Amino acid sequence: MAHPSDRKYSNEHEWVLVQGDVATVGISDFAQDQLGEVVYVDLPSAGDVLATGDSFGEIESVKSVSELFAPLSGEIVEVNSALGDTPETVNSDPHGAGWMVKVRLDDAAQLDALMSAEEYDAFIVEG
Amino acid sequence: MRYIPVTCEQREAMLRAVGVADVDVLFDVIPEAVRVVGGLDLPEGLSEIELSSHLSALADQNISASELVSFMGAGCYDHYVPSLVDHVLSKPEFFTAYTPYQPEVSQGTLQAIYEYQSMICALTGMDVSNASMYDGATALVEAALMACRVTRRSTVVCLPTVHPEWQNTLATYADAGQFSVAEPPSVDVASGATLLAGLADEALLGLAEVLGRGDVAAVLVQSPNFFGSFEDLERIARMAHESGALLVVATNPILLGIMEPPSAYGADIVVGEGQPLGGATSFGGPGLGFFTCRQEHVRQMPGRIVGRTVDVDGAMAFVLTLSTREQHIRREKATSNICSNHALNALAAGTYLSAVGEHGLAGIVRSCVAKAHYLRQQLLATGRFRAPWEADFGYEFALEFLGDVRSMQDALLTKGFFAGVDVSDVEAEHATGMLPAAGANLVLFAVTEKNTRAEMDAFALEVASL
Amino acid sequence: MTEKLAHTPGAAPARGPRELIFELGAPESRCVEAPPLDVPVGIVDDLLGGRARSTPLVLPNVTELEIMRHYAHLASMNFGVDSGMYPLGSCTMKYNPRINEDTCRLPGFAGLHPYQPEATVQGALELMSGLSDVLAEISGLPGITLQPAAGAHGELTALMVFRAAHTARGDARRKVIIPDTAHGTNPASVTMCGWETVTIPSNEQGEVDVEALKAALDSDTAAFMLTNPSTIGLFDSQIVEITDAVHAVGAYAYCDGANLNAILGKARPGDMGFDAMHINLHKTFSTPHGGGGPGSGPVCVTEELAPFLPGPLPVEFEEGGFGLGWPEHTIGRVRSFYGNFGILVRAYAYVCALGGEGLTEVAEQAVLSANYLKVLLQDAFEVPYGRTCMHEFVMSGARQKRENGVRTLDMAKRLLDYGFHPPTVYFPMLVEEAMMIEPTETEPLAALDAFAQVMLTIAEEAASNPELLKHAPYTTPVRRLDEAGAARNPDLRYRPAEA
Repeated sequence: MAHPSDRKYSNEHEWVLVQGDVATVGISDFAQDQLGEVVYVDLPSAGDVLATGDSFGEIESVKSVSELFAPLSGEIVEVNSALGDTPETVNSDPHGAGWMVKVRLDDAAQLDALMSAEEYDAFIVEG
Repeated sequence: MRYIPVTCEQREAMLRAVGVADVDVLFDVIPEAVRVVGGLDLPEGLSEIELSSHLSALADQNISASELVSFMGAGCYDHYVPSLVDHVLSKPEFFTAYTPYQPEVSQGTLQAIYEYQSMICALTGMDVSNASMYDGATALVEAALMACRVTRRSTVVCLPTVHPEWQNTLATYADAGQFSVAEPPSVDVASGATLLAGLADEALLGLAEVLGRGDVAAVLVQSPNFFGSFEDLERIARMAHESGALLVVATNPILLGIMEPPSAYGADIVVGEGQPLGGATSFGGPGLGFFTCRQEHVRQMPGRIVGRTVDVDGAMAFVLTLSTREQHIRREKATSNICSNHALNALAAGTYLSAVGEHGLAGIVRSCVAKAHYLRQQLLATGRFRAPWEADFGYEFALEFLGDVRSMQDALLTKGFFAGVDVSDVEAEHATGMLPAAGANLVLFAVTEKNTRAEMDAFALEVASL
Repeated sequence: MTEKLAHTPGAAPARGPRELIFELGAPESRCVEAPPLDVPVGIVDDLLGGRARSTPLVLPNVTELEIMRHYAHLASMNFGVDSGMYPLGSCTMKYNPRINEDTCRLPGFAGLHPYQPEATVQGALELMSGLSDVLAEISGLPGITLQPAAGAHGELTALMVFRAAHTARGDARRKVIIPDTAHGTNPASVTMCGWETVTIPSNEQGEVDVEALKAALDSDTAAFMLTNPSTIGLFDSQIVEITDAVHAVGAYAYCDGANLNAILGKARPGDMGFDAMHINLHKTFSTPHGGGGPGSGPVCVTEELAPFLPGPLPVEFEEGGFGLGWPEHTIGRVRSFYGNFGILVRAYAYVCALGGEGLTEVAEQAVLSANYLKVLLQDAFEVPYGRTCMHEFVMSGARQKRENGVRTLDMAKRLLDYGFHPPTVYFPMLVEEAMMIEPTETEPLAALDAFAQVMLTIAEEAASNPELLKHAPYTTPVRRLDEAGAARNPDLRYRPAEA
């Protein structure tokens, strides 16, 4: 599966799409496929502050729980509250409507540490 | 007696198939140093006839309270169990079944538990129930732990009129360090005069002080309390909520047949001992811990939960759900370590509640309450008992005996009566601080629908003639 | 709300769930009611001091016939040990003897109130004392408590005992080590004891990586929890080295006794160096699973730890007779009353029936039956740890997944069509697409052969007709469920329709 090249990826399977100084974060198509049907997403609130590498929430399928790890740091400016009613959007549209949080970037240079789509596709094969 | 169907000949064939000469070879992996030599030092097995005889002899050495006239309660009650309950429990498809992890072949268990959950919610007025816990005491502990998770605080207050054994259990779990129990509000008992078995005003003032610190996750109250009296839930609820604490109420499920449920007073979690619902007294176990809470907190509720769904053909079906709360998935972050629960006791409760319905239950409870008030009146009339307080109660009450309690109970036993529970016996292991400092001869009497007027009159007569 | 299915006379009854019990009967239907009141009293509701119920109460209103038919139908959709073989690894689904059921129902046991005077319950106390003695002999650990209501409850109890012992020495600790194959209750119990879980990997043989263990052990380790035989069904022959290493840092070794059925009369955890263990009466000692419980999880400890056990416990007096007592430095209570007495009675009847030799025979046959099945299945399925197993073994569905796209889940669901309960699946996580098979000693050879034959058939179906398996089962009361829907939109109780 080729992941979209308009964004960067972390080794915890999150994607980051930057517009201006706001980064939208979600989980990759590979991740949602591994998880199976998503039944619940536990997200923080707008105003909370993320630190790179910290757990900022959880995503549940019927038989598993996975933590969401912050791929960058900054203040959360918006949370996708629609996922409360329709968590399955993460499965059907992980790169679009399945987005999770929008973060005001502390430092754009953090993106350099993340993988390109090509690098990520290779990474998950090795995995 | 053996329960092994494999014959000697078949065993030989199996050994050949496995490729070993002797079954002991299969145990070679066990280091010699730790092998059992010479077998277990235990008596020989018994044939079924011998076994039956031995077990009956042991049973015959006991005097069963349910076969005499019993007025014992204190957390375990001798209600009438309809015949059909045990017939249902004895169906092998129910009692020999495993946990319903494969729902396609477990719809019987799953639907029965869903129905049980529904009935417990109906009784308590709460939104959701789990599929059972071990007993009322551990359910109360789990409620405390859940309240800590929900409020992100780590102190609970347990009112001193909660059953001493439950308080003891709470203290043991608290010692493990996940939460602490604040010093319970103390009550001035030195006077030994009129003492309110429901909380005295002094105690509630003490409660306000503790809550004022703002770090209390929950107030744990039992109503009716250990002494059988009703607590002021409305006032306690207000105090708890004003300080940001949850209200946890432990209650008697039978009484909810005619009493306003704790949900009406704003309870956040309602738990209790469900043994009165179709369970034998059985020397105190297995009982039934029921556990209910508000919808908004369901993801923090411990224990298994059954939910309704559909299968691929669209047929109605039931399944264990919200499993990510539990230990087999969330491991060290689980809401509880509970795995096996008391499912068969929950089935008994569901069967019982179906047999009585709300009308039968109301009749039964009214009977218990009426009879209990009658007995109290009769006992006071003997002049051998004193009322330590005037408090509203259901079907259990405490009276002070004007004499030696043990001798009274021994004497009444010879006449075929179990004369209540000596409170000091139960209180001894965990001082509730509610007993008067002197003359503490309190006896707890419970009366159920099984006790007849004739029995109560005869009992009172025996007491009077002591 | 489900539609009432029309029943055509003479047609086969509908297979799946029909109605909830709430939907049966009529508002006037009655079953059990209180007898006429024989005491004079005023208005009962007034006695409640203004607490009479105003919140409506809706329970079923049904007659006895309707209740019995309802539960008969529910039972018909359920599979129990009486229905067929249940090779669930680490659950020990052995036969539940009927005399045990009769015994616990004797009025002399079932009718006892926990607060009766001790003189009136001597038989009950003697039974509890006798069972304790038997468990002490079997475990090799003399200090026994029958209080815990389940295995997990026992685990937590033992951890609390460890904690008390450490604290008494002024040597409080904070961590517990577990292998990656540990049952989920282990780390969950560690958390409830206020401690931190440290997980170590297993080695290539599926056993404890002793070097990793030694590296993790330090003066902050309270305990090491191990299941032996392990959750892979293998006896860890390094056990003495393991318990020695644990003791060397002043920590305690805990044995999760879920797999005791494999070593009854052959080896004793106390002799292996364990300081405490729990026993699952509802596994090893034939008490019924009841659809999820009640079980019982007695805990056995060394003489050193016995004073810290929870109470009260049965005690035998020198001058004769039995009573209840408290260990000297008890941690207190872990539940109300004395234990799941009704379960203790069943277990006691079981050990009396079997005796020492009978119990040893249990382990021998359980281990033989598991090895027999392994031999029959090890060509068709990958068995990652192929050496002699104990009472259970783990297969992997990895080959079927690789070659046919068929998962263990699909094969498990297909087993249901053939009248077998599936084995434990996807545990332990160490094995990909795991199937843990434990036949127990109470299965006839014919059942073992039939099970093996069905598994081989399913392996063939996986190769020739994978789609068939992916949509199994077909013949059960309901088919595969929408579990995701159940979790997303939880419907956890019946709500009466608004009037």
